[in-house]
Amino acid sequence: MPSFINPAYDTAHLLDTAVLMLSFALLYQRRLFAVLTIYAWQALFLAAAAAWQASAQGAPHLYITAGIALVFKAIVIPLALHRIIVSLEIHRNIETALGVGATLAVGVALVALSILLVLPVTTASGALTRESLAAALSVVLLGLLMMITRRNAVSQVVGFMSLENGLILAAVGVKGMPLVVELSIAFSVMVAFIIFGIFFFHIRERFDTLDVHDIERFRGERR
Amino acid sequence: MSLVLFELLQFALLLAAAPLLTGLVRKVKARLNGRIGPGLLQPYRDLWRLLRKEVVLAPNASWLFRTSPYLIFTAVWLAAAIVPTFATGLLLSRTADLIALVALLGTARFALALAGMDVGTSFGGIGASREMMIASLAEPAMLMVTFTVALIVRSTSLPQIAEFLLTHAVGIRISLFLGLVSLLMVAIAENARIPVDNPATHLELTMVHEAMVLEYSGRHLALIEGAAMVKLVLYISLIASVFFPWGMALDPSEPRALAIGLASYAAKLAVGGVVLAFFETSIAKMRVFRLAEFLGGAFLLGLLAAIFLYVSQGV
Repeated sequence: MPSFINPAYDTAHLLDTAVLMLSFALLYQRRLFAVLTIYAWQALFLAAAAAWQASAQGAPHLYITAGIALVFKAIVIPLALHRIIVSLEIHRNIETALGVGATLAVGVALVALSILLVLPVTTASGALTRESLAAALSVVLLGLLMMITRRNAVSQVVGFMSLENGLILAAVGVKGMPLVVELSIAFSVMVAFIIFGIFFFHIRERFDTLDVHDIERFRGERR
Repeated sequence: MSLVLFELLQFALLLAAAPLLTGLVRKVKARLNGRIGPGLLQPYRDLWRLLRKEVVLAPNASWLFRTSPYLIFTAVWLAAAIVPTFATGLLLSRTADLIALVALLGTARFALALAGMDVGTSFGGIGASREMMIASLAEPAMLMVTFTVALIVRSTSLPQIAEFLLTHAVGIRISLFLGLVSLLMVAIAENARIPVDNPATHLELTMVHEAMVLEYSGRHLALIEGAAMVKLVLYISLIASVFFPWGMALDPSEPRALAIGLASYAAKLAVGGVVLAFFETSIAKMRVFRLAEFLGGAFLLGLLAAIFLYVSQGV
Protein backbone atom coordinates (compact mmCIF):
# COMPACT_ATOMS: atom_id res chain seq x y z
CA MET A 1 0.00 0.00 0.00
CA PRO A 2 2.31 2.75 -1.11
CA SER A 3 1.64 6.37 -1.80
CA PHE A 4 -1.79 7.87 -2.06
CA ILE A 5 -2.30 8.78 -5.69
CA ASN A 6 -5.69 10.28 -5.26
CA PRO A 7 -6.54 10.90 -1.61
CA ALA A 8 -10.26 11.38 -2.21
CA TYR A 9 -10.51 8.09 -4.03
CA ASP A 10 -8.20 6.10 -1.75
CA THR A 11 -9.71 7.16 1.55
CA ALA A 12 -13.27 6.55 0.41
CA HIS A 13 -12.12 3.22 -0.89
CA LEU A 14 -10.41 2.23 2.34
CA LEU A 15 -13.44 3.14 4.45
CA ASP A 16 -15.76 1.16 2.14
CA THR A 17 -13.47 -1.82 2.47
CA ALA A 18 -13.40 -1.54 6.24
CA VAL A 19 -17.20 -1.56 6.40
CA LEU A 20 -17.32 -4.61 4.14
CA MET A 21 -14.65 -6.41 6.18
CA LEU A 22 -16.59 -5.78 9.36
CA SER A 23 -19.67 -7.31 7.72
CA PHE A 24 -17.65 -10.48 7.28
CA ALA A 25 -16.45 -10.21 10.86
CA LEU A 26 -20.11 -10.12 11.94
CA LEU A 27 -20.76 -13.34 10.05
CA TYR A 28 -17.69 -14.95 11.59
CA GLN A 29 -18.29 -13.94 15.20
CA ARG A 30 -20.25 -16.23 17.51
CA ARG A 31 -20.38 -14.28 20.73
CA LEU A 32 -23.18 -11.81 21.22
CA PHE A 33 -21.20 -9.01 22.88
CA ALA A 34 -18.46 -9.29 20.29
CA VAL A 35 -21.11 -9.01 17.58
CA LEU A 36 -22.28 -5.75 19.14
CA THR A 37 -18.71 -4.40 19.32
CA ILE A 38 -18.14 -5.23 15.67
CA TYR A 39 -21.42 -3.58 14.76
CA ALA A 40 -20.38 -0.44 16.62
CA TRP A 41 -17.08 -0.41 14.72
CA GLN A 42 -18.92 -0.81 11.45
CA ALA A 43 -21.11 2.15 12.26
CA LEU A 44 -18.02 4.14 13.21
CA PHE A 45 -16.40 3.46 9.85
CA LEU A 46 -19.69 4.28 8.15
CA ALA A 47 -19.75 7.62 9.94
CA ALA A 48 -16.16 8.24 8.83
CA ALA A 49 -17.09 7.34 5.24
CA ALA A 50 -20.05 9.72 5.31
CA ALA A 51 -17.98 12.54 6.80
CA TRP A 52 -15.29 11.98 4.21
CA GLN A 53 -17.83 12.09 1.39
CA ALA A 54 -19.28 15.26 2.90
CA SER A 55 -15.95 17.03 2.65
CA ALA A 56 -15.02 15.46 -0.70
CA GLN A 57 -18.33 16.23 -2.39
CA GLY A 58 -18.77 19.53 -0.61
CA ALA A 59 -22.16 18.39 0.61
CA PRO A 60 -22.61 19.60 4.20
CA HIS A 61 -25.84 17.69 4.77
CA LEU A 62 -23.81 14.48 4.72
CA TYR A 63 -22.22 15.62 7.98
CA ILE A 64 -25.66 15.16 9.52
CA THR A 65 -25.76 11.62 8.18
CA ALA A 66 -22.33 11.03 9.68
CA GLY A 67 -23.46 12.49 12.99
CA ILE A 68 -26.56 10.27 13.06
CA ALA A 69 -24.45 7.22 12.29
CA LEU A 70 -21.91 8.13 14.95
CA VAL A 71 -24.31 8.97 17.77
CA PHE A 72 -27.10 6.48 17.23
CA LYS A 73 -25.54 3.52 15.50
CA ALA A 74 -22.06 3.52 16.96
CA ILE A 75 -23.02 4.46 20.52
CA VAL A 76 -26.71 4.40 21.42
CA ILE A 77 -27.93 1.24 19.69
CA PRO A 78 -24.99 -1.00 20.70
CA LEU A 79 -25.25 0.20 24.29
CA ALA A 80 -29.01 -0.34 24.34
CA LEU A 81 -28.69 -3.82 22.85
CA HIS A 82 -25.98 -4.53 25.39
CA ARG A 83 -28.32 -3.59 28.21
CA ILE A 84 -31.11 -5.67 26.72
CA ILE A 85 -28.85 -8.72 26.56
CA VAL A 86 -27.75 -8.22 30.16
CA SER A 87 -31.27 -7.68 31.47
CA LEU A 88 -32.69 -10.63 29.55
CA GLU A 89 -29.97 -12.97 30.86
CA ILE A 90 -29.85 -14.94 27.66
CA HIS A 91 -27.17 -17.24 26.34
CA ARG A 92 -24.33 -15.26 24.94
CA ASN A 93 -23.29 -17.82 22.38
CA ILE A 94 -25.07 -17.60 19.08
CA GLU A 95 -26.36 -20.75 17.50
CA THR A 96 -26.08 -20.57 13.77
CA ALA A 97 -28.47 -22.27 11.41
CA LEU A 98 -25.60 -22.83 8.98
CA GLY A 99 -21.96 -23.47 9.89
CA VAL A 100 -19.67 -20.46 10.03
CA GLY A 101 -17.47 -21.78 7.24
CA ALA A 102 -20.43 -22.35 4.95
CA THR A 103 -21.84 -18.93 5.84
CA LEU A 104 -18.57 -17.24 4.91
CA ALA A 105 -18.47 -19.13 1.63
CA VAL A 106 -22.03 -18.03 0.83
CA GLY A 107 -20.97 -14.50 1.81
CA VAL A 108 -18.18 -14.48 -0.74
CA ALA A 109 -20.60 -15.79 -3.35
CA LEU A 110 -22.94 -12.90 -2.49
CA VAL A 111 -20.11 -10.40 -2.93
CA ALA A 112 -19.38 -11.92 -6.33
CA LEU A 113 -23.09 -11.68 -7.15
CA SER A 114 -23.32 -8.04 -6.17
CA ILE A 115 -20.26 -7.26 -8.28
CA LEU A 116 -21.82 -9.03 -11.25
CA LEU A 117 -24.98 -7.00 -10.69
CA VAL A 118 -23.23 -3.67 -10.31
CA LEU A 119 -20.74 -3.97 -13.15
CA PRO A 120 -23.11 -3.88 -16.13
CA VAL A 121 -25.20 -1.06 -14.63
CA THR A 122 -22.30 1.25 -13.89
CA THR A 123 -20.14 0.91 -16.99
CA ALA A 124 -20.54 4.63 -17.64
CA SER A 125 -19.43 5.80 -14.19
CA GLY A 126 -15.97 5.79 -12.71
CA ALA A 127 -14.17 3.08 -10.82
CA LEU A 128 -14.93 4.67 -7.45
CA THR A 129 -18.70 4.63 -7.88
CA ARG A 130 -18.53 1.11 -9.17
CA GLU A 131 -16.50 -0.20 -6.26
CA SER A 132 -18.46 1.73 -3.63
CA LEU A 133 -21.72 0.46 -5.02
CA ALA A 134 -20.40 -3.09 -5.18
CA ALA A 135 -19.17 -2.85 -1.59
CA ALA A 136 -22.43 -1.29 -0.37
CA LEU A 137 -24.59 -3.86 -2.11
CA SER A 138 -22.40 -6.60 -0.63
CA VAL A 139 -22.91 -5.17 2.86
CA VAL A 140 -26.68 -5.20 2.29
CA LEU A 141 -26.65 -8.80 1.09
CA LEU A 142 -24.35 -9.90 3.93
CA GLY A 143 -26.75 -8.30 6.41
CA LEU A 144 -29.58 -10.30 4.86
CA LEU A 145 -27.44 -13.43 5.07
CA MET A 146 -26.79 -12.77 8.73
CA MET A 147 -30.53 -12.45 9.38
CA ILE A 148 -31.12 -15.76 7.65
CA THR A 149 -28.35 -17.79 9.23
CA ARG A 150 -28.70 -16.70 12.85
CA ARG A 151 -31.25 -18.22 15.18
CA ASN A 152 -30.87 -15.67 17.91
CA ALA A 153 -33.23 -12.71 17.65
CA VAL A 154 -30.65 -10.19 18.86
CA SER A 155 -28.13 -11.14 16.21
CA GLN A 156 -30.89 -11.06 13.60
CA VAL A 157 -31.54 -7.49 14.60
CA VAL A 158 -27.83 -6.72 14.30
CA GLY A 159 -27.98 -8.24 10.82
CA PHE A 160 -30.85 -5.90 9.99
CA MET A 161 -28.94 -2.89 11.30
CA SER A 162 -25.84 -3.78 9.32
CA LEU A 163 -28.03 -4.14 6.23
CA GLU A 164 -29.15 -0.59 6.84
CA ASN A 165 -25.50 0.46 7.16
CA GLY A 166 -25.04 -0.87 3.64
CA LEU A 167 -27.95 1.27 2.40
CA ILE A 168 -26.45 4.40 3.95
CA LEU A 169 -23.07 3.50 2.48
CA ALA A 170 -24.62 3.32 -0.98
CA ALA A 171 -26.49 6.57 -0.38
CA VAL A 172 -23.46 8.61 0.69
CA GLY A 173 -21.35 7.29 -2.19
CA VAL A 174 -23.74 8.65 -4.80
CA LYS A 175 -23.91 12.37 -5.46
CA GLY A 176 -27.12 14.20 -4.89
CA MET A 177 -28.93 11.93 -2.48
CA PRO A 178 -31.43 14.19 -0.71
CA LEU A 179 -31.20 14.51 3.05
CA VAL A 180 -34.87 13.66 3.51
CA VAL A 181 -34.32 10.14 2.26
CA GLU A 182 -31.41 9.54 4.60
CA LEU A 183 -33.18 11.03 7.56
CA SER A 184 -36.24 8.91 6.95
CA ILE A 185 -34.12 5.77 6.65
CA ALA A 186 -32.36 6.59 9.89
CA PHE A 187 -35.62 7.37 11.60
CA SER A 188 -37.37 4.20 10.45
CA VAL A 189 -34.44 2.16 11.66
CA MET A 190 -34.71 3.80 15.07
CA VAL A 191 -38.41 2.94 15.18
CA ALA A 192 -37.68 -0.60 14.06
CA PHE A 193 -35.08 -0.88 16.75
CA ILE A 194 -37.50 0.21 19.47
CA ILE A 195 -40.13 -2.23 18.23
CA PHE A 196 -37.54 -5.01 18.17
CA GLY A 197 -36.55 -4.15 21.71
CA ILE A 198 -40.14 -4.46 22.90
CA PHE A 199 -40.50 -7.70 20.98
CA PHE A 200 -37.42 -9.14 22.67
CA PHE A 201 -39.02 -8.74 26.05
CA HIS A 202 -42.29 -10.23 24.91
CA ILE A 203 -40.67 -13.18 23.21
CA ARG A 204 -38.49 -13.76 26.23
CA GLU A 205 -41.43 -13.53 28.60
CA ARG A 206 -43.48 -16.02 26.69
CA PHE A 207 -40.96 -18.53 25.40
CA ASP A 208 -38.06 -18.22 27.86
CA THR A 209 -35.61 -17.87 25.01
CA LEU A 210 -34.61 -15.64 22.13
CA ASP A 211 -33.90 -18.58 19.88
CA VAL A 212 -36.40 -18.18 17.08
CA HIS A 213 -36.09 -21.87 16.34
CA ASP A 214 -38.17 -22.61 19.46
CA ILE A 215 -40.80 -20.14 18.37
CA GLU A 216 -41.14 -21.88 15.03
CA ARG A 217 -41.73 -25.14 16.85
CA PHE A 218 -44.38 -23.46 18.97
CA ARG A 219 -46.20 -22.32 15.89
CA GLY A 220 -46.21 -25.90 14.67
CA GLU A 221 -43.98 -25.19 11.71
CA ARG A 222 -41.63 -28.00 12.52
CA ARG A 223 -42.49 -31.51 13.55
CA MET B 1 30.45 -9.18 -6.96
CA SER B 2 28.83 -6.70 -4.64
CA LEU B 3 25.51 -8.48 -5.23
CA VAL B 4 27.00 -11.64 -3.73
CA LEU B 5 28.23 -9.61 -0.77
CA PHE B 6 24.81 -8.10 -0.15
CA GLU B 7 23.19 -11.49 -0.45
CA LEU B 8 25.60 -12.85 2.16
CA LEU B 9 24.81 -9.83 4.32
CA GLN B 10 21.13 -10.68 4.09
CA PHE B 11 21.77 -14.31 5.07
CA ALA B 12 23.81 -13.21 8.08
CA LEU B 13 21.35 -10.49 9.03
CA LEU B 14 18.42 -12.91 9.05
CA LEU B 15 20.27 -15.33 11.25
CA ALA B 16 21.42 -12.62 13.62
CA ALA B 17 18.07 -10.84 13.84
CA ALA B 18 15.82 -13.89 14.26
CA PRO B 19 16.54 -14.71 17.93
CA LEU B 20 16.48 -11.03 18.81
CA LEU B 21 13.01 -10.66 17.31
CA THR B 22 11.75 -13.71 19.20
CA GLY B 23 13.30 -12.28 22.35
CA LEU B 24 11.55 -8.98 21.71
CA VAL B 25 8.16 -10.66 21.26
CA ARG B 26 8.65 -12.66 24.47
CA LYS B 27 9.80 -9.61 26.37
CA VAL B 28 6.85 -7.46 25.28
CA LYS B 29 4.43 -10.29 26.06
CA ALA B 30 5.95 -10.73 29.50
CA ARG B 31 5.70 -6.99 30.19
CA LEU B 32 2.07 -7.00 29.07
CA ASN B 33 1.42 -9.87 31.46
CA GLY B 34 2.95 -7.87 34.28
CA ARG B 35 6.17 -9.89 34.41
CA ILE B 36 9.67 -8.62 33.87
CA GLY B 37 10.51 -11.52 31.59
CA PRO B 38 13.87 -12.75 30.36
CA GLY B 39 16.24 -10.35 28.63
CA LEU B 40 16.16 -9.68 24.92
CA LEU B 41 19.23 -11.85 24.39
CA GLN B 42 17.83 -14.92 26.12
CA PRO B 43 16.98 -16.78 22.85
CA TYR B 44 20.67 -16.54 21.83
CA ARG B 45 21.68 -18.10 25.14
CA ASP B 46 19.04 -20.80 24.77
CA LEU B 47 20.23 -21.69 21.28
CA TRP B 48 23.88 -21.67 22.40
CA ARG B 49 23.08 -23.95 25.33
CA LEU B 50 21.15 -26.37 23.09
CA LEU B 51 23.97 -26.40 20.54
CA ARG B 52 26.47 -27.56 23.15
CA LYS B 53 24.23 -30.24 24.63
CA GLU B 54 24.45 -33.83 23.55
CA VAL B 55 21.77 -35.26 21.29
CA VAL B 56 19.59 -37.96 22.80
CA LEU B 57 18.02 -40.17 20.17
CA ALA B 58 15.23 -42.66 20.60
CA PRO B 59 16.46 -46.20 19.80
CA ASN B 60 14.05 -46.52 16.87
CA ALA B 61 14.85 -43.13 15.34
CA SER B 62 15.79 -43.48 11.66
CA TRP B 63 18.04 -41.38 9.46
CA LEU B 64 15.00 -39.30 8.64
CA PHE B 65 14.78 -38.10 12.22
CA ARG B 66 18.46 -37.16 12.28
CA THR B 67 18.59 -35.37 8.93
CA SER B 68 15.28 -33.51 9.14
CA PRO B 69 16.49 -30.64 11.38
CA TYR B 70 19.23 -29.74 8.89
CA LEU B 71 16.82 -29.92 5.97
CA ILE B 72 14.22 -27.82 7.77
CA PHE B 73 16.66 -25.17 8.82
CA THR B 74 18.25 -24.92 5.38
CA ALA B 75 14.91 -24.71 3.60
CA VAL B 76 13.54 -22.02 5.90
CA TRP B 77 16.75 -19.99 5.85
CA LEU B 78 16.90 -20.17 2.06
CA ALA B 79 13.24 -19.18 1.80
CA ALA B 80 13.88 -16.21 4.07
CA ALA B 81 16.78 -15.12 1.87
CA ILE B 82 14.41 -14.88 -1.11
CA VAL B 83 12.35 -12.17 0.56
CA PRO B 84 13.71 -8.68 -0.07
CA THR B 85 14.47 -7.23 3.33
CA PHE B 86 16.54 -4.06 3.21
CA ALA B 87 17.15 -3.91 -0.54
CA THR B 88 15.37 -5.15 -3.64
CA GLY B 89 18.09 -5.97 -6.12
CA LEU B 90 19.64 -8.96 -4.39
CA LEU B 91 21.05 -11.95 -6.18
CA LEU B 92 18.97 -14.83 -4.89
CA SER B 93 15.63 -13.12 -5.09
CA ARG B 94 16.10 -12.76 -8.85
CA THR B 95 16.16 -16.52 -9.25
CA ALA B 96 13.23 -17.52 -7.07
CA ASP B 97 9.75 -16.09 -6.70
CA LEU B 98 6.84 -16.24 -4.28
CA ILE B 99 5.76 -19.65 -5.45
CA ALA B 100 9.25 -21.04 -4.85
CA LEU B 101 9.05 -19.55 -1.37
CA VAL B 102 5.77 -21.33 -0.65
CA ALA B 103 7.32 -24.55 -1.99
CA LEU B 104 10.41 -24.22 0.23
CA LEU B 105 8.28 -23.67 3.30
CA GLY B 106 6.14 -26.64 2.26
CA THR B 107 9.26 -28.80 2.02
CA ALA B 108 10.32 -27.77 5.52
CA ARG B 109 6.88 -28.54 6.87
CA PHE B 110 6.81 -31.91 5.13
CA ALA B 111 10.16 -32.86 6.67
CA LEU B 112 9.03 -31.73 10.10
CA ALA B 113 5.81 -33.75 9.92
CA LEU B 114 7.70 -36.85 8.78
CA ALA B 115 10.19 -36.43 11.62
CA GLY B 116 7.34 -35.99 14.06
CA MET B 117 5.89 -39.35 13.04
CA ASP B 118 9.23 -41.12 12.70
CA VAL B 119 9.77 -42.10 16.33
CA GLY B 120 6.25 -43.41 16.60
CA THR B 121 5.10 -41.54 19.69
CA SER B 122 1.47 -40.58 19.80
CA PHE B 123 2.21 -36.89 20.36
CA GLY B 124 4.38 -36.72 17.28
CA GLY B 125 1.57 -38.25 15.25
CA ILE B 126 -1.05 -35.88 16.61
CA GLY B 127 1.20 -32.89 16.02
CA ALA B 128 2.02 -33.97 12.49
CA SER B 129 -1.60 -34.55 11.56
CA ARG B 130 -2.67 -31.20 13.00
CA GLU B 131 0.21 -29.40 11.31
CA MET B 132 -0.81 -30.90 7.99
CA MET B 133 -4.42 -29.88 8.54
CA ILE B 134 -3.34 -26.30 9.21
CA ALA B 135 -1.01 -26.37 6.22
CA SER B 136 -3.68 -27.68 3.87
CA LEU B 137 -5.86 -24.72 4.85
CA ALA B 138 -3.18 -22.05 5.02
CA GLU B 139 -1.41 -22.77 1.75
CA PRO B 140 -4.37 -22.09 -0.55
CA ALA B 141 -4.94 -18.80 1.25
CA MET B 142 -1.28 -17.89 0.85
CA LEU B 143 -1.35 -18.73 -2.84
CA MET B 144 -4.56 -16.75 -3.30
CA VAL B 145 -2.84 -13.66 -1.88
CA THR B 146 0.15 -14.38 -4.08
CA PHE B 147 -2.05 -14.48 -7.16
CA THR B 148 -3.79 -11.25 -6.22
CA VAL B 149 -0.52 -9.38 -5.77
CA ALA B 150 0.87 -11.01 -8.90
CA LEU B 151 -2.17 -9.85 -10.89
CA ILE B 152 -1.65 -6.27 -9.78
CA VAL B 153 2.09 -6.25 -10.44
CA ARG B 154 2.12 -8.78 -13.30
CA SER B 155 4.97 -10.68 -11.68
CA THR B 156 5.45 -13.24 -8.93
CA SER B 157 9.02 -12.22 -8.25
CA LEU B 158 9.22 -10.56 -4.85
CA PRO B 159 11.80 -7.86 -5.63
CA GLN B 160 9.82 -6.88 -8.72
CA ILE B 161 6.67 -6.66 -6.62
CA ALA B 162 8.41 -4.48 -4.05
CA GLU B 163 10.01 -2.30 -6.71
CA PHE B 164 6.73 -1.91 -8.56
CA LEU B 165 4.84 -0.91 -5.44
CA LEU B 166 7.64 1.47 -4.46
CA THR B 167 7.94 3.24 -7.76
CA HIS B 168 4.42 3.09 -9.19
CA ALA B 169 1.47 4.83 -7.70
CA VAL B 170 -0.84 1.91 -7.15
CA GLY B 171 -2.98 3.58 -4.54
CA ILE B 172 -4.87 1.89 -1.79
CA ARG B 173 -6.81 -0.92 -3.31
CA ILE B 174 -9.57 -2.95 -1.71
CA SER B 175 -7.70 -5.98 -3.02
CA LEU B 176 -4.44 -5.12 -1.32
CA PHE B 177 -6.19 -4.43 1.94
CA LEU B 178 -8.03 -7.76 1.87
CA GLY B 179 -4.83 -9.51 0.84
CA LEU B 180 -2.99 -7.98 3.78
CA VAL B 181 -5.57 -9.23 6.28
CA SER B 182 -5.55 -12.66 4.68
CA LEU B 183 -1.75 -12.84 4.74
CA LEU B 184 -1.68 -11.77 8.39
CA MET B 185 -4.03 -14.63 9.27
CA VAL B 186 -1.87 -17.08 7.33
CA ALA B 187 1.27 -15.76 9.00
CA ILE B 188 -0.22 -16.31 12.44
CA ALA B 189 -1.16 -19.88 11.57
CA GLU B 190 2.15 -20.66 9.90
CA ASN B 191 4.20 -19.39 12.79
CA ALA B 192 2.20 -21.37 15.33
CA ARG B 193 1.19 -18.25 17.23
CA ILE B 194 -1.92 -17.66 19.33
CA PRO B 195 -4.86 -18.09 18.46
CA VAL B 196 -3.87 -21.01 16.23
CA ASP B 197 -1.16 -22.59 18.36
CA ASN B 198 0.66 -21.51 21.47
CA PRO B 199 4.45 -21.48 21.09
CA ALA B 200 4.97 -21.59 24.85
CA THR B 201 2.75 -24.50 25.80
CA HIS B 202 3.36 -28.17 26.40
CA LEU B 203 -0.24 -29.01 27.11
CA GLU B 204 -1.15 -32.21 25.30
CA LEU B 205 -4.52 -31.15 24.04
CA THR B 206 -3.50 -27.96 22.36
CA MET B 207 0.07 -28.16 21.17
CA VAL B 208 0.74 -28.55 17.47
CA HIS B 209 4.25 -27.47 16.66
CA GLU B 210 5.66 -28.44 20.05
CA ALA B 211 4.11 -31.90 19.82
CA MET B 212 6.14 -32.68 16.71
CA VAL B 213 9.46 -31.58 18.12
CA LEU B 214 8.97 -33.16 21.54
CA GLU B 215 11.50 -35.92 20.85
CA TYR B 216 14.23 -33.57 19.68
CA SER B 217 17.13 -32.51 21.83
CA GLY B 218 20.52 -30.85 21.66
CA ARG B 219 21.67 -29.33 18.40
CA HIS B 220 18.72 -30.82 16.51
CA LEU B 221 16.32 -28.91 18.72
CA ALA B 222 18.47 -25.79 18.36
CA LEU B 223 18.17 -26.03 14.58
CA ILE B 224 14.41 -26.52 14.69
CA GLU B 225 13.88 -23.65 17.11
CA GLY B 226 16.21 -21.51 15.05
CA ALA B 227 14.18 -22.37 11.95
CA ALA B 228 11.00 -21.30 13.73
CA MET B 229 12.61 -17.96 14.67
CA VAL B 230 13.84 -17.39 11.10
CA LYS B 231 10.34 -18.21 9.84
CA LEU B 232 8.87 -15.47 12.01
CA VAL B 233 11.35 -12.98 10.54
CA LEU B 234 10.50 -14.30 7.08
CA TYR B 235 6.79 -13.66 7.43
CA ILE B 236 7.22 -10.19 8.91
CA SER B 237 9.69 -9.35 6.12
CA LEU B 238 7.30 -10.74 3.52
CA ILE B 239 4.38 -8.66 4.76
CA ALA B 240 6.65 -5.61 5.04
CA SER B 241 8.11 -6.04 1.57
CA VAL B 242 4.77 -6.48 -0.20
CA PHE B 243 2.53 -4.10 1.72
CA PHE B 244 4.92 -1.64 3.38
CA PRO B 245 7.94 -1.42 1.07
CA TRP B 246 8.87 2.12 2.14
CA GLY B 247 12.53 2.77 2.75
CA MET B 248 13.78 -0.27 0.92
CA ALA B 249 17.01 0.39 -0.97
CA LEU B 250 16.53 0.13 -4.73
CA ASP B 251 20.28 0.21 -5.22
CA PRO B 252 22.12 -1.34 -2.27
CA SER B 253 25.56 -0.26 -3.48
CA GLU B 254 24.73 3.34 -2.63
CA PRO B 255 25.66 3.76 1.07
CA ARG B 256 22.91 6.20 1.98
CA ALA B 257 20.13 4.08 0.46
CA LEU B 258 21.62 1.05 2.16
CA ALA B 259 21.63 2.75 5.55
CA ILE B 260 18.01 3.88 5.12
CA GLY B 261 17.06 0.38 3.98
CA LEU B 262 18.69 -1.29 6.98
CA ALA B 263 17.24 1.19 9.46
CA SER B 264 13.72 0.97 8.05
CA TYR B 265 13.95 -2.82 7.96
CA ALA B 266 14.95 -2.93 11.63
CA ALA B 267 12.09 -0.58 12.47
CA LYS B 268 9.59 -2.72 10.53
CA LEU B 269 10.75 -5.89 12.31
CA ALA B 270 10.47 -4.20 15.71
CA VAL B 271 6.99 -2.85 14.94
CA GLY B 272 5.92 -6.27 13.65
CA GLY B 273 7.19 -7.97 16.80
CA VAL B 274 5.48 -5.53 19.16
CA VAL B 275 2.19 -5.70 17.25
CA LEU B 276 2.35 -9.50 17.32
CA ALA B 277 2.94 -9.48 21.08
CA PHE B 278 -0.01 -7.14 21.64
CA PHE B 279 -2.23 -9.26 19.41
CA GLU B 280 -1.24 -12.50 21.14
CA THR B 281 -1.83 -11.05 24.58
CA SER B 282 -5.26 -9.72 23.72
CA ILE B 283 -6.66 -12.91 22.25
CA ALA B 284 -7.38 -16.42 23.55
CA LYS B 285 -6.34 -19.61 21.88
CA MET B 286 -8.84 -21.13 19.52
CA ARG B 287 -10.14 -24.68 19.61
CA VAL B 288 -8.42 -26.87 17.04
CA PHE B 289 -11.71 -27.53 15.29
CA ARG B 290 -12.35 -23.84 14.75
CA LEU B 291 -9.09 -23.45 12.86
CA ALA B 292 -10.81 -24.52 9.67
CA GLU B 293 -13.12 -21.50 9.98
CA PHE B 294 -10.24 -19.14 10.76
CA LEU B 295 -8.10 -20.24 7.84
CA GLY B 296 -11.13 -20.73 5.61
CA GLY B 297 -11.84 -17.07 6.34
CA ALA B 298 -8.29 -16.20 5.29
CA PHE B 299 -8.80 -18.08 2.03
CA LEU B 300 -12.11 -16.38 1.36
CA LEU B 301 -10.55 -12.97 1.97
CA GLY B 302 -7.86 -13.86 -0.54
CA LEU B 303 -10.59 -14.88 -2.97
CA LEU B 304 -12.44 -11.61 -2.35
CA ALA B 305 -9.25 -9.72 -3.00
CA ALA B 306 -8.97 -11.39 -6.38
CA ILE B 307 -12.65 -10.73 -7.13
CA PHE B 308 -12.37 -7.04 -6.29
CA LEU B 309 -9.35 -6.77 -8.50
CA TYR B 310 -11.57 -7.52 -11.45
CA VAL B 311 -14.01 -4.81 -10.42
CA SER B 312 -11.43 -2.10 -10.08
CA GLN B 313 -9.72 -3.06 -13.29
CA GLY B 314 -13.06 -3.38 -14.99
CA VAL B 315 -12.13 -6.65 -16.66
